[in-house]
Amino acid sequence: MLEKVNAGRLTSASERFDFDELVQDDRVHRLIYTDQAIFQAEMTQIFGAVWVYLGHESQIAKNDDFITTRLGLRPLILLRDSQGVIRALFNRCTHRGTTLCRKDKGTARTFTCPYHGWSYLNSGKLRAVPWPDGYACDFKDAKYNVAQVPRVDSYRGFIFGTLNLDAPPLLDYLGGITKPIDEWLDRQPGGKIAVCEANRLKYKGNWKLAYDNSGDGYHVVFSHRSLLEMENRQADVANKGMSYYRSSPDTAPMYMAYMGNGHHFKDKRPAIEKRAGGLWAVEGPAPGTEHYQAELRRRYGARAEEILDLASSEPVNINVFPNFSLLGNHIQVFDPVAVDETDVTWYGTAVVDEEGVLGGAVDDINALRMRTMEQFPNFGEVDDLANFEEIQRGLGCLEDEWVYMHRGLGIPGRVKTDANGVITAPATDEAFMREYIREWKRLMKAEPTIAIKREP
Amino acid sequence: MTTQVARDPSSSSYYVTDAFYRELIAQFADWQRDDLAIADLAERDRFRMLIEREARLLDQLMFDEWLAMHAPECIYWVPATPQGGDPRREVAILFDDRRRMEDRIYRLRTGYAWSQAPKSRTVRMVSNVEVFAAGTARMVRSNLLISEFRPDGVRFLSGFCAHRFVEQAGRWLIAVRQVNLIDCDQNLRNPSIVI
Repeated sequence: MLEKVNAGRLTSASERFDFDELVQDDRVHRLIYTDQAIFQAEMTQIFGAVWVYLGHESQIAKNDDFITTRLGLRPLILLRDSQGVIRALFNRCTHRGTTLCRKDKGTARTFTCPYHGWSYLNSGKLRAVPWPDGYACDFKDAKYNVAQVPRVDSYRGFIFGTLNLDAPPLLDYLGGITKPIDEWLDRQPGGKIAVCEANRLKYKGNWKLAYDNSGDGYHVVFSHRSLLEMENRQADVANKGMSYYRSSPDTAPMYMAYMGNGHHFKDKRPAIEKRAGGLWAVEGPAPGTEHYQAELRRRYGARAEEILDLASSEPVNINVFPNFSLLGNHIQVFDPVAVDETDVTWYGTAVVDEEGVLGGAVDDINALRMRTMEQFPNFGEVDDLANFEEIQRGLGCLEDEWVYMHRGLGIPGRVKTDANGVITAPATDEAFMREYIREWKRLMKAEPTIAIKREP
Repeated sequence: MTTQVARDPSSSSYYVTDAFYRELIAQFADWQRDDLAIADLAERDRFRMLIEREARLLDQLMFDEWLAMHAPECIYWVPATPQGGDPRREVAILFDDRRRMEDRIYRLRTGYAWSQAPKSRTVRMVSNVEVFAAGTARMVRSNLLISEFRPDGVRFLSGFCAHRFVEQAGRWLIAVRQVNLIDCDQNLRNPSIVI
């Protein structure tokens, strides 16, 4: 059963702001990062209206598994119900609004509200109400079942949901960005990964500052200068890690591609030698590097190189608007908390080798892969987040209204659009920012059909 | 690779092996046992002095002296799960071998680590020190409260530390330091100091 919601009651920002003025071709107004009403509107116009990443199927691998997560600010229980259906329940008792589940993850066939004991099946259906004789109503009425996200779908293990009945099918929404997602998965044995804990970070700044950064090849040598110097401190590891950003990154063999619907892709793979072991050759040192490299080469000979590549960071940034990014071996998720607070979670991914194609190397390669994945969140991301916080602080200068994103704009021949509408530019251009924020503007002015679903 | 130089743990990592991980997990699995607690006050005091000195060195950013408190083949580990987890199968907040500890310190000293510009001012309290026998090694549990000032205010990081000390050439050295933050599985703002 679908219940349409009066979206106008949720937000009034479209009446208060002229988004054409706030988002211009070369710059945006500071208010889109600082205004409380715009943030509230985004929770419906963006996080309610497009497909938003909710979690990975490996986190709810078996029937009755659940995790708790968010859709914008809405607390959710993402689960695989007793029949195997993946659902995103609002974590909210229909009776008084209490959250039903307070655990991060677990296994449960039912959820019982801690406040008055109403209990629900994991399909969302009301199961029992204590002392029902005290009620004149019919509890078989669907309105007492837990509200849930009406549209939930997966793409190769990545689960997305939307409240917008007018949104295109997930596959259409993802569009051309599925190609780099496929390539990212297909380098893994069996074309799949499993989520394995996370580096969980937070910054006091607007969520779009992270999405602005997600494909930004311009900031790297400046924001990550300490990491680059660290990576190059030992002569034998120079030219590894992020060092392909040194010298003149404008003309380096990498590019960005804007794929529509706010999605974009920064591809640094052209800088890597195309051979087994090519990625491993540029992976910086990690705990266990020399031991596992020697051990795998001893056991697997020439085959060791392609196995070692699995512990190496894939040099791509695949960004799906508004909150999902595949980069290196991470799934990075942006979760808004408030207009000036955002959680950035770097989920680690492990190799799963169900068919045994790695010949028993899977545990070794994962042990090494965990350590390579810890490097960037520790030594790179923290500096970006510090800079995002300082942007938020700088935007406290009310009268200096504009933030620029015009690198590459207006230079003939620099930004190219192909027959499919894919826009490519040097990785250091801000073309993707201009394109995604144009999509953001369209969405902020749109009238989505917001709805929730309840079991009949 | 068999020469001494190639095995310098500051420049290569040969000691983080599957066997090493297995031993580490076993060492940190079931050590806080009353029957292993050491009551001898002099011995307890010896380890309390070591971790108090470590806290002071970290507050004073005296990282060379801090590193020198460690065995050559050491681990600095901050799990991302309350029970510590299995570092072979899950990412930690950090799991540094000696080389990565030196990387961490090098980065903080470049002058371009924006997350530490300006540097945090910290004061650490260590307390509730208990020492447990672990064969010839010692496991030490202590509670840790870090008050950290950054320009927008003071915040607190707290948890308990599990130190594994080993005796080498007459000195007790840190083989493993595990810091178990009470909010290790939550999103943390700017965890860029040596915790």
